[in-house]
Amino acid sequence: MTVRAGSKAGADGAAAAASAVTATSSAMATGQDPGYGPGQGQGHTPAPRRWQRFSPLVRLGRFAVYLGSVAAIVWSLRTIEVIPEFLYDAPEQTADLFRRMWPFDWPYWEEAIRAALIETFHIATLGTVLALMMAIPLSFLAARNFTRHVGLNWLAQFIFVSSRSVNSLIWALLFVAIFGPGALAGVLSIAFRSIGFIGKLFCEALEEAHPGPIEALTAAGAPRSLVLAKGYWPQVEPAFWSLALLRWDINIRESAVLGLVGAGGIGVALDAALNNLYWDQVGLILAVIFAVVIVTEVVTSWLRARVI
Amino acid sequence: MAARTGSEAAAARLPPSPRVAFAPNWAARAGWVLLALYVVYATGQLEISLDRVIRGLENAQRFLGRMFPPNLEADKLELIRAGIVESLQIAVLATAAGIALSLPLGLAAARNLAPPWLSGAMRVVIAVCRSFHPVIVAILFVKAVGFGALAGVLALIVSTMGFVSKLFAEVVEEMDPGQVEAVRATGAGFLNVLVMGVLPQVMSRFIGLSVYQFDSNLRNSTMVGIVGGGGIGAPLFTAYQRFDYDVVMTILIVIIALILLCEVVSGRVRRVFQ
Repeated sequence: MTVRAGSKAGADGAAAAASAVTATSSAMATGQDPGYGPGQGQGHTPAPRRWQRFSPLVRLGRFAVYLGSVAAIVWSLRTIEVIPEFLYDAPEQTADLFRRMWPFDWPYWEEAIRAALIETFHIATLGTVLALMMAIPLSFLAARNFTRHVGLNWLAQFIFVSSRSVNSLIWALLFVAIFGPGALAGVLSIAFRSIGFIGKLFCEALEEAHPGPIEALTAAGAPRSLVLAKGYWPQVEPAFWSLALLRWDINIRESAVLGLVGAGGIGVALDAALNNLYWDQVGLILAVIFAVVIVTEVVTSWLRARVI
Repeated sequence: MAARTGSEAAAARLPPSPRVAFAPNWAARAGWVLLALYVVYATGQLEISLDRVIRGLENAQRFLGRMFPPNLEADKLELIRAGIVESLQIAVLATAAGIALSLPLGLAAARNLAPPWLSGAMRVVIAVCRSFHPVIVAILFVKAVGFGALAGVLALIVSTMGFVSKLFAEVVEEMDPGQVEAVRATGAGFLNVLVMGVLPQVMSRFIGLSVYQFDSNLRNSTMVGIVGGGGIGAPLFTAYQRFDYDVVMTILIVIIALILLCEVVSGRVRRVFQ
């Protein structure tokens, strides 16, 4: 009994020590004020120090966040409209869903899915290429070390933010209204959604570029285009490729749903199957999408290991 | 890069006498040419032509003309307010439930904590959650639990679990094993090791991920309505299909304002928890 009590006390002590270590190490790592409590730095007083991990302001902020989150959750739970009648037969409906999906409608692969899949692939890839073509010049405009003009920096950042805050499905709605249903709308919506993502991250990579080679080239009298090609580009090329791959991976996933609003690709087939309640076709399409996403992930991680 | 390693090998083989500053990298250039060829080929496949783009630009003029001024009638605003509130509720509930489920899922998927059979199984679960767009998951849940906000919440819970637990498992795998060993050496049980050794190290990253995911859920909660999952997406899609483009414009402005506001707030929250 005594032994157990002793070991428990020991565990508590070690745990306290461990969390104290975390406190100091994380404070050092982030370079913040550790924010120990009163008594710190007064070496002449032997009084017991009170160690506190965070400064009062941080603790207040965290408390406010906790309080706000709980309030938001409670508010949502109390006011969200859920129709309970629908829930009674949910297990039945789910079982029905899977029963109708299997066996898959395999002939549908030849009929429609293969062509739609290729179209999806083209939409994602072309969209990514188009996004890169638009985002890279813009991120040079946004990078404060390359373009020394605050107005232009802000303009480019504004374009990035507006591109990112509109969902790709909304972009697709807009482009379908403009160019009519089809792959063109899909390519453009993928591209416009990706500009903000690629531009923001590529701009950060540019701003982190080492100034040494750039200064050397400038001092040697290189024209600005050569400074760009031989000073900046070799430094940001790995970032460029990893961003391109990452976004391509995401875009394959996104382009699968664009067809729901008429922007081409496998989503069109999915929409048709859903509207006709052909769940066996829906099941096949979902399985195909799953396979494509897995293959894409394997390919991109292989390329990333090899290329970058 | 394959091309670069090729040129490095060539540089090692060649004698250093004919030194060319910035030697051309032929393999990379060939790659760019291939990419250009692919673009031309795929553009042809998708039947994209300059003619269509130009015709579209005329359309765009008409389209944008009908979007302005945004529709600010009281009944429309009331509809939009209800939709936005529902989207917010969906995002809040999905994030809360999703991160509550991601915590154990991420810990179980971390290879340095869980036995291989468990982490392997959890990784498959995460891969399935991640590979479908939330809107597609929402389609399935609309069939399972009917139209309305619940389907949207469930769909976003799935995508939250996919994203948060994958990255959380990576964070856990990168943590410092020393502290865990120290706690374990005192004879602490598994739960104590978890609470005292693991969680203090990874909690701030986990909260950062959750805050990021809330932003992402909010964006997607405005979209699940297109397939019947509740939120602002349904009024948006209805207005779009009825060619009420001025209402579409109002909804878009509200959505963008809400997302930007949430980005500011979540930036603040992340700074508090860093």
